[in-house]
Amino acid sequence: MRILIKEGFIISPADNLEAKKDILIEEGKFLSIEEKIEDNKADKVILAKGKIVLPGLIDLHVHLREPGREDKETIFTGTLSSAKGGFTKILAMPNTEPPIDSSQNVRWLREIIKKDAWVDVLISSCITLKREGRELVNLEELKKEGVVAITDDGSSVNDHQLLLQALKEAKRLGLLVILHCEDKQLSDKGLVNLGIISTRLGLRGIPTEAEYKRIERDIKLAQEADTSVHITHVSCKESVEIIAKAKKKGVRVTCDTAPHYFALSEDELLDFDANKKINPPLRTKEDVLAIKEAIEGGIIDCIASDHAPHTEHEKEIEFENACFGTIGLETSLAVAIKELIEPKIISWQKLVELFYVKPAKILNLDKETFKANKTATLIVLNPNKEWTVKKEDFLSRSKNSAFLGKTLKGRVEYTIYKGKIIYAECSDSSVPKDQHPDTSGIPKVCFEK
Amino acid sequence: MNNKINWARKDLLAISELSKEEIELILEIASSFKEVSTREIKKVPALRGKTVVNLFYEPSTRTRVSFEIAAKRLSADVINIIADSSSVRKGESLVDTGKNLEALKIDIIVLRHNSSGAAHLLARNVGVSVINAGDGWHEHPTQALLDIFTLKEKFGYIEGLNVTIVGDILHSRVARSNIWGLTKLGAKVCVCAPKELLPLDIEKLNVRAITDIEEALKDADCVNVLRMQLERDEKKVFPSVLEYFKAYGITSERLNKLKKNILIMHPGPLNRGVEISSEVADSQNAVILEQVTNGIAVRMAVLFLVSQGRQLYAHSH
Repeated sequence: MRILIKEGFIISPADNLEAKKDILIEEGKFLSIEEKIEDNKADKVILAKGKIVLPGLIDLHVHLREPGREDKETIFTGTLSSAKGGFTKILAMPNTEPPIDSSQNVRWLREIIKKDAWVDVLISSCITLKREGRELVNLEELKKEGVVAITDDGSSVNDHQLLLQALKEAKRLGLLVILHCEDKQLSDKGLVNLGIISTRLGLRGIPTEAEYKRIERDIKLAQEADTSVHITHVSCKESVEIIAKAKKKGVRVTCDTAPHYFALSEDELLDFDANKKINPPLRTKEDVLAIKEAIEGGIIDCIASDHAPHTEHEKEIEFENACFGTIGLETSLAVAIKELIEPKIISWQKLVELFYVKPAKILNLDKETFKANKTATLIVLNPNKEWTVKKEDFLSRSKNSAFLGKTLKGRVEYTIYKGKIIYAECSDSSVPKDQHPDTSGIPKVCFEK
Repeated sequence: MNNKINWARKDLLAISELSKEEIELILEIASSFKEVSTREIKKVPALRGKTVVNLFYEPSTRTRVSFEIAAKRLSADVINIIADSSSVRKGESLVDTGKNLEALKIDIIVLRHNSSGAAHLLARNVGVSVINAGDGWHEHPTQALLDIFTLKEKFGYIEGLNVTIVGDILHSRVARSNIWGLTKLGAKVCVCAPKELLPLDIEKLNVRAITDIEEALKDADCVNVLRMQLERDEKKVFPSVLEYFKAYGITSERLNKLKKNILIMHPGPLNRGVEISSEVADSQNAVILEQVTNGIAVRMAVLFLVSQGRQLYAHSH
């Protein structure tokens, strides 16, 4: 397939590119990127005047739930959801059922990915067997199977020595270590941020200490192992301060936050909406501000969705019994545009850093994109389109978004993955409706696979 | 009765959500309903043909009976469902139970539940009215309304009154609803408990938080004594009920030192010798049984108002 994209404004800091150009794609690769390309052989011409063209985005924190909880999400629906959100490379979290802690389970997962995935799915494994914090997985073997990162996401490894051993082993093997920092003795049976909201609602609170004390410990361990670590879903002011200090001292620590931590505060919980029950919990307005400043100041390296799908019957129940988490792949970018670009907290280049350059760097991947002969993976974005988040519009199998009813800004119009249009807003009727056999019933997308 | 009723809510979920005017309206209507219970024939036809379901997931005699009597005095039909909350996880969900009741064409659900937020969950999933009769540690709106009604009856006003609430504030829905209601009406509220039983940042609700009981009683016009449930005291602040009684119990010795009369309230059921001495509970200053009587009028008012509010809601949906 030959695709010509006309007059899109390309923003790609890794290519030192910020200009209006035409793009010609064939056989999965960029043929040329020029001021003006005339081509009458193209199968598809995308008129991208007024649109922004970005590299396909990367999300370091996604729960795809398969294997085991296909009622919440599958590799198929989760990666379709990614495509719609503009993400063409995602890192799958290993807390599936069974968890990804053995070569056999990695091979199993890889088979499903090969068969069903619309975008690149990178595999992470647990740090400890069954995420129980007792015994390390066989990192060497898992690395050979293609695992790129290790994490006990959802839990933190309590045993200092065990984590230290894991860090040293990961360093030797060149594996990324992603840490969910939570001292469960401190978060206890907490449900929302500890403070005025937990007091008002009569719900058990989770103190910020549960997060930042564990971050403090993990940074110390990283120093001791003389290695790098990545801290995921940073949610509060104290954590940001600790990470800033560590970075200043030269500790090799990177971190991400999720869109809900800079867009929503704990005040959103006053109606007991369990879609906003998330771990770590939504924090105070002051914390939201601190997260925004940390993004602006580069303390926070990237944005990851922590896409956490749950069925309606696990959410629309008593608040204390509802599962933690919100889906995020389809709203992540638009939340960032609305909360960070629109109020001019960050520039578009910075946005691409947060969603592409830094995650690529953390994963040790090639960051250049828009060059002839490179694989053509990109998104075409309407930066001004405002839209309201509705249950029925999600391609994710689950609808548990903390942003339901909110108006966001910026909409992916095309996602091109390895030279193929894998997602297009249906307003474009010229896109070939070459439907994937399993997509019947999925609305408002056109497919080519 | 007031013909221009300014009430648009189908539910009563929390005092925190009510305006001062809405609270005053409930109190006003309650005082006109109070007289009904003194009649020879204790019934008015206000809710004739309506069905009220008491859906209780937690044991409660007092609140359930009070709601049942209130509904019956308004001529409503009443069904009582005592649900076993321990089977909630495996059994029918709260939302499904609510939808089934709605399908039975009932009009009002009075919900008591051990989980904070349960009434909100139910109310947003059904079109019938939901009255929160206590949800977890969150709120118990009608208890606060009857407490405030009683205060207003005794003092004639609320604004400027000094009300002290003593006991396990952390786990108390009665305290939370009272704080909201009283502060919205301009009372000065003080909460008193050991530090471990005071929720964090409670001062942000415009109350004074004090650990010293003598200090908390000093300026009080009224003390609302909460029931102490030691089984909720996970941190084991008090090894025994006697220890609590010594530290925070409301006794005549404590009250006599103040050389003035303080109105004594208690939401019941009483733990004599735990949070209050018998002498105080039975004294002239205690209005504990009047609270019980006033509970009927307040609940009649709430049942009546949500029923009106639901009609407006049905028109707009």
